[in-house]
Amino acid sequence: MPDIDIPARPTPASPARILARGVRGLMMPHRIAMALVALAGLVAMVLMMDWSWLPAYLPRLWAGLGMTLAMLGASVVFGFLIALPLGVAQVIGPRPLRWLALGFCTVIRGTPLLLQLWLIYFGLGSLFAQFPELRETWLWPYLRQAWPYGLFALTISFAAYQGEVMRGAFAGVPYGELEAARAFGMSRGKVFRRVWFPRALYRALPTLSGEIILQLKSTPLLATITVTDLYAVITRVRQATFLTYEPLLFLVAVYLCLSAVLIGVLRWMETRVPQHG
Amino acid sequence: MLDGIDFSLLALDSPGWGGALLEGFLVSIQLAAGGYLLGLAIGICGAVAKLYGGRVTRDLAEIYTIVIRAVPELVLMLLFYYVGTDLANRAMQAMGYSGFDIDGLTAGILVIGLVQGGYATEVIRGAIRAVPHGQIEAAQAFGMAPLKVLRRVTLPAATPHAIPGMANLWMIATKDTALLAVIGFSELTLVTRQAASATRAYFLFFLAAGALYLLLTLVSNLGLRLFEKRARRGLAEVR
Repeated sequence: MPDIDIPARPTPASPARILARGVRGLMMPHRIAMALVALAGLVAMVLMMDWSWLPAYLPRLWAGLGMTLAMLGASVVFGFLIALPLGVAQVIGPRPLRWLALGFCTVIRGTPLLLQLWLIYFGLGSLFAQFPELRETWLWPYLRQAWPYGLFALTISFAAYQGEVMRGAFAGVPYGELEAARAFGMSRGKVFRRVWFPRALYRALPTLSGEIILQLKSTPLLATITVTDLYAVITRVRQATFLTYEPLLFLVAVYLCLSAVLIGVLRWMETRVPQHG
Repeated sequence: MLDGIDFSLLALDSPGWGGALLEGFLVSIQLAAGGYLLGLAIGICGAVAKLYGGRVTRDLAEIYTIVIRAVPELVLMLLFYYVGTDLANRAMQAMGYSGFDIDGLTAGILVIGLVQGGYATEVIRGAIRAVPHGQIEAAQAFGMAPLKVLRRVTLPAATPHAIPGMANLWMIATKDTALLAVIGFSELTLVTRQAASATRAYFLFFLAAGALYLLLTLVSNLGLRLFEKRARRGLAEVR
């Protein structure tokens, strides 16, 4: 993972002060000129390009956005839950378990997500089709759709990347703190619950928002296995209207907004977490 | 599951797909290497623009990195691919050539390089900032021209700081080449999918391609570690 996506820990600031700082930053003359140029470009785009498709596709775009966000949220939550044991296993697990976790992280992080996605969708999909008994079970309606495969692939991918982060976080908790907890007579489980795990979580939190943004940027791959996320809807628009640039530019704008909102929300959440050194 | 696997499908000669897979792998490596080098060049320019540029240059570089880091690679690649080929075609037609078609490999390298450049800018900027300012001042005091300071002092001194981030970027570049399969480049992932859907041996081909990617990652990890050792010579050990 590139450490460049990890935002510096912000100092807690009230929204009003952040806004004031932003406005003051914008008031420099060259920035006003650049903003005007950008505005002129935007107006030219709106006036000169063909946006007539937009109203008709708006409901589908909303549905696609919902799918994108649902996939993002679900894969982050499930992936994080898998990442915890992966991190613990790599630090204190018995040797075979440690190797297994390390191998899982290495393999997933060393191969492209698109390849994993296609392996799971086409491979498992064709495998399941060989077992007629599966058709009778309650699982079959899900196995026939694309999104469970996509969610699975996204989840294990997030788990592998976050597992690596959690390994570092668990290993980075100062040993003296764990010793102090043991000296208080806490059992091993209690040390984990009260000291080791919370401390590791605080250490891992700043990188989490970077990982979540990276995960958001992976979601369009789902469109290649017929999950109708935002990107898939835009692809359909491009095929139906024969427009090249307008839908893509719209998509870029939406993802920019989405990333900005996500970064804002995650930063705000980070300032809410109590800091323990 | 295992009894159905026919390993002769991986044979190098025509009935097998092994040769096609290796060719695709070669294309992937070329795309990744070319895109990475282009990204490195863009990254150095971007970092210099951000650190030493005027107000407008600095803001433009900032906008470039923000957009690259906020928009999915797949969307950027599509956009760059269409805009790039369109502009190239128009430029060529304006100059009097007709029926010009941009080379696939070049287009792929450009697309990956532009995406990589955004991340490389941030990595190199951080690395340059980690160089003690006194060293740069000393070089300036010797009367070196700004470009010479960059070439002789700043960049070599920043290299060890940039290596971990740039190593990450190389891993990302190799994996980003797979995204070009969606646009229709016949690199490893697309060839694999064609092979898999032609023979219906999905697991065999996808796992074989995965092994190739993993091989590339592990081998380049080893090489990068050696390079880091060389670049860090004379510096204190990390922790």
